Order: sequence, then structure tokens, then C-alpha cells
Amino acid sequence: MLRLDRTTYDAIVAHAKRDHPDEACGIVAGAEGSDVASRHIPMINAAGSPTFYEFDSTELLALYKDMWARDEEPVVVYHSHTATEAYPSRTDIGLANEPGAHYVLVSTAVHGNSEGPVEFRSYRIIDGVVTEEDVSVDDTLLAPAEQ
Amino acid sequence: MPIEVRIPTILRTYTGGEKAVDASGATLSALIDDLEANHPGLKDRLLDDGDLRRFVNVYVNDEDVRFTGGLETVLNDGDQVVVLPAVAGGV
Repeated sequence: MLRLDRTTYDAIVAHAKRDHPDEACGIVAGAEGSDVASRHIPMINAAGSPTFYEFDSTELLALYKDMWARDEEPVVVYHSHTATEAYPSRTDIGLANEPGAHYVLVSTAVHGNSEGPVEFRSYRIIDGVVTEEDVSVDDTLLAPAEQ
Repeated sequence: MPIEVRIPTILRTYTGGEKAVDASGATLSALIDDLEANHPGLKDRLLDDGDLRRFVNVYVNDEDVRFTGGLETVLNDGDQVVVLPAVAGGV
């Protein structure tokens, strides 16, 4: 199960809505081995595309070096689908290279940039095998400090 | 002095769980051959048809090797090499 605090959950949804119709992407980092998603880092989709996302390679390195310096790892890797359901595509599965991460998919297909609910789902993707898991948004979890 | 190569989580099965390993080589290509000699299987995860895989990033001293000559990038003792899979996907 993925547990997220309300602030982080809302920030991921807002990011997905803001970038619609392009795919939005980012990470929630947390202390290594903790499985606690504590630091939301929205990333720029270098592909700038409604059907593809990719972190810029220079920003990717900076992100990982920052996490290493803090003894963190990616707890959540998220991106949005803007015309299809919140389920990992074959490409998403083939490129899922963080076996310890929760892969979050947000679909903005129904309401786009507007108010309204999104589809928000989480998966483990290990060796090409996708396993959906529950998402618990916990209002009692402490909101992480804003960056 | 060896060259330190930072290995991403997904490839640590090839390094016995080590986050970083030492290797040597005058170019990135030679370094990858040296890595393969000590950690068989790694080369195939980095290269496809003799080229760096599209969704694998390699950095030498923080520079993406795609901008520094790719596999022919020259290495020197004490350089730091980082391997990071792209974070990417698509429909």
C-alpha cells in the first residue's frame, strides 16, 4: 500500500492538472529504506508531450545526487496520462527501473485542467510485472516542509 | 587510481549489491569492457548493438556522455562515472 500525506497527494494532482494536456512527472523522495514519501519534487517533462515523459538528463543527475547526499531514494515515481486511464503502458512498464518505488499514475483524461476528480492509482512494477496497490491518503501524516 | 562507477539500484544484482565499483579504462568503451570482465552481464544492460542504450544515461564528472563523445569519451584516473536509467515512459 502507498501512504501519502494530503499535501503531497494534492500537489501531485495539481501538477498533473497544471501540465495537462502534456504529461506531468516527478518524484517523492524519502529516507532510504523507510518507504515514507516525504519530499515532493515536481520535474519538468523534457519531452513536453501528451504521450511521453522523460526527466531531463542533467536534472535527473542533479536530482539523484541530491537524494544521495540526503540518504534518500525515490519512494514514488509519478506521471500523468492525459487521454487514457491511469494504468502503466507497455513503455511505462519496460522503462520502470526503480524496483523499490511506488509507480503512481494520475489520469487527467476526464477533467483536464479543470476542477473535478482524477484517477489516482499506484503500482509496483518489478521485472515487467505490474501489481496494483491501494493508495491511502492520510490527513494525520505530517505534511513535509515545502522546499 | 581507479575510476569509481556509481551503479543504479536496478543493476546492483550484477555488482553483488554494491552501490559503486572501481573500474579502469582510457575511454568509456574500455571502461565498460572492464566492468563486464568483473561483473558479467552489465555490458548488455548498458549497450545495445554497440551503442549506449537510449534510456540509460552515463555521466562522466557530471557531464552526460552524449555531449562529450559517447563511448569514445576519454577517461582519466580519478574520474567519477555515474550510470542512471532514464526516468521515462509513454503511451
